[in-house]
Amino acid sequence: MNAAPDVPAADAKDERLEPRLQGALREMLTSNWLVTVAALLLALVVSAVLIAAADEDVHTTAGYLFARPADFLSAVWDSVWGAYVALFQGAIVDPTAATFTKAIRPLTETMTWSVPLILAGLGLSVGFRAGLFNIGAQGQIILGAIFGGYIGFAFGLPPVLHLLLAIIAAALGGAIWAGIAGFLKARTGANEVIVTIMLNNIAVYLVAYLLTLTAFKRPGSNNPQSPAIEGTAVYPQLLGDGFRLHAGFLLAILATVFVWWLMDRSTLGFQFRAVGANPSAARTAGININRIYLLVMLTSGALAGLAGSAQVLGTEKVLTAGVAASFGFDAITVALLGRSKPLGTFLAGLLFGALRAGGFAMQARTGTPIDIVLVVQSLVVLFIAAPPLVRAVFRLPSPGRRKQVSPTPAPVTKEAAA
Amino acid sequence: MSAVTAPAPAAPARPAAQPLPPISYKGPIAYVVIALLALIAFGIVPASGKKTGFTVSTATDFFQIDRFDVPSKSTAIVLCLIALALGGLSAWYARNRRKAGVWLPAVYAVALVLALLVWAVAGKSSPLPLTGLLQGALFLAVPLVFGSLAGVLCERSGIINIAIEGQLLAGAFLAAVVATLTQSAYLGLLAAPIAGALVSALLVAFAVKYVVDQIIVGVVLNVLVVGVTSYLFSTVLKVNASTLNTPPRLPTLPIPVLSEIPVLGPVLFRQTALVYIMYVVVIVLQILLFRSKWGLRLRAVGEHPKAADTVGIKVNRTRIRNTLLGGAVAGLGGAFFTVANGLAFNKEMTAGKGYIALAAMILGRWSPKGALAAALLFGFADSLQQAFGIIGTSIPSQLMLMLPYLVTIFAVAGLVGKVRAPASEGIAYVK
Repeated sequence: MNAAPDVPAADAKDERLEPRLQGALREMLTSNWLVTVAALLLALVVSAVLIAAADEDVHTTAGYLFARPADFLSAVWDSVWGAYVALFQGAIVDPTAATFTKAIRPLTETMTWSVPLILAGLGLSVGFRAGLFNIGAQGQIILGAIFGGYIGFAFGLPPVLHLLLAIIAAALGGAIWAGIAGFLKARTGANEVIVTIMLNNIAVYLVAYLLTLTAFKRPGSNNPQSPAIEGTAVYPQLLGDGFRLHAGFLLAILATVFVWWLMDRSTLGFQFRAVGANPSAARTAGININRIYLLVMLTSGALAGLAGSAQVLGTEKVLTAGVAASFGFDAITVALLGRSKPLGTFLAGLLFGALRAGGFAMQARTGTPIDIVLVVQSLVVLFIAAPPLVRAVFRLPSPGRRKQVSPTPAPVTKEAAA
Repeated sequence: MSAVTAPAPAAPARPAAQPLPPISYKGPIAYVVIALLALIAFGIVPASGKKTGFTVSTATDFFQIDRFDVPSKSTAIVLCLIALALGGLSAWYARNRRKAGVWLPAVYAVALVLALLVWAVAGKSSPLPLTGLLQGALFLAVPLVFGSLAGVLCERSGIINIAIEGQLLAGAFLAAVVATLTQSAYLGLLAAPIAGALVSALLVAFAVKYVVDQIIVGVVLNVLVVGVTSYLFSTVLKVNASTLNTPPRLPTLPIPVLSEIPVLGPVLFRQTALVYIMYVVVIVLQILLFRSKWGLRLRAVGEHPKAADTVGIKVNRTRIRNTLLGGAVAGLGGAFFTVANGLAFNKEMTAGKGYIALAAMILGRWSPKGALAAALLFGFADSLQQAFGIIGTSIPSQLMLMLPYLVTIFAVAGLVGKVRAPASEGIAYVK
């Protein structure tokens, strides 16, 4: 170990620095979040094609495209830009509004929409990381809403206690529904994808059936809806009566922190992830896989059940057949977009909540149907699931040492879980 | 009984040391318990003295059979006792380690369903139209049959196809638009498979080329197709409904002579071209899948792709082709919703039928004839629920609608025998 001369040492340092800088740049360019942003951009571009293709002005100007191409281009631009601006104003902030409360109302709407998406998405993400593809959030939300709603309207209890009990009941409802799939998976090896799909459909008919019974039906009403939730069992409003935002949003934040602690800091979460990464290795290491399957599904379902509570005790304040809307299915895309990480899922839930809130504003202002939001959502997830495609489109460099894609099952679930 | 008294010539190669697996009485117990419950609910509890009416013929039949009435209570008791006896028989089969044929569960199910019918329609003035019930069952099963056949084709080759729902919806959409534009229902029928194959093309592009998890792609594609078709419906089809979305109805083509057979004739041979195509597709696939070189390769790729590759079968090419073919089959089934009914396309009009088709495929154990039987069962439950709605029985329609899903859960949980998926389904093949 001779002492090196000064000059070469500095050179060596530079040399070391250079690759590190390059490496950092490379890391940034190839990192997951850049692919996420690129995928979102790509999805918006593809959807823009659909928006333009269905626009009346674009049709008329396309008739004389070669005579006056500028007209056509400006019509395309107007239709797409108008739709996306309306989407943004309906989702984040509306600068054209007269008062401050009206200007920030879109943001609170976004937060309200995102609550069930985040909670159910977190539930699914726990399942994904444990290698269980729980598609049943829809059914679990419905069961959560049934249980929480029943406690909410059928009992008269003191304020705080009533709400707490209703929330716990909702979590229990979701957990039971998912637990069926977990139990069958553990006992008989029944594929959880099929069982949860079937349980979704059963839940839809179950809530429709329950709402025909006297125990659930609102007296004196012909509509299939329950009595209103007691005031003691509703989530308190966060910003007063002028806004729909309720304390369910705080619950979503708490749940995000809880899932982070569970999956990244607790022994149980470690076992969940171990089973997800390699069930055989986990079994060899002494983990009781069947017990983990059941526990994962119970956790997953309880979180989805909380999403049901947010709907029935917060946003809707009544149990109807459509209480779950399509949140359970949207939550799948939320969890996938969030790469099954707690913070990622939280942000993805906010994004999809924004798309939903903004979608309604867009539909009202520019006449672009809200269905385009479904297209954006599904495309984002498709593109994110296939990073090589996004990299090829944007000519991003691929990661230095790309992992050889292994022929083991579900490479992307793993990538989503990574 | 001892484990040594196995039929001697049948298995001389079996190692003597290997004991026989323990006898499982799960199935027989389930049979007997359900039959007993049915006996109590349909036979013993209801009051006696009521009658149940059935009609068999439709007004246009060549042979006319009059309405007949049976005493409800005693008929239900007899039917449930038959089911109970079959349960006992299955226990006897299990004890002697003999396999009961398909006839046993089939007869058992028919007996219990008839008992249910007799009980549900007891004392109603309007009779239960048996022929109409079966006709409806076959009709409602059409999209399920096509969908589950698509599933069989894809999954046997190793690609999980959750996107059946999307393929049906895309088929329904394109069939409606093309049939309206050309004013020809048959051209709509030709266009539907193209839409289904397009969805499949996306599925293989992501599942094979980019090695994305197939379940994820399938689920997301369903959302995508719902989004695109609903968007186009709201923006284009709704405003131009008369020029784009009023498809003509596929005509009913009664087959001469055959359609005059009592009961079976109107059910099987007084249908549309789509149903006849369905017969052909089921039979052809059943034969080709298990009796042809193509079928052998298809199954080899789904069971053990590496072995297939070693003997020179192009794994991914085989998978891509058959997934596209499967998508086309499902797309054809989508034509049921619009052209076969003469209905305009509507948002999300497939209403989860793709998922039921998936269930039918599993219940039918990944074979075309099994898929057909399972789809018919689901179609029957649907048809029954509609018939009950018309007659006005006490059974809530929601509970009837739940039945197919419950049956599927029982099936995948192994209560209705062992189901085994193709070994390599859902696993991308990378050399």
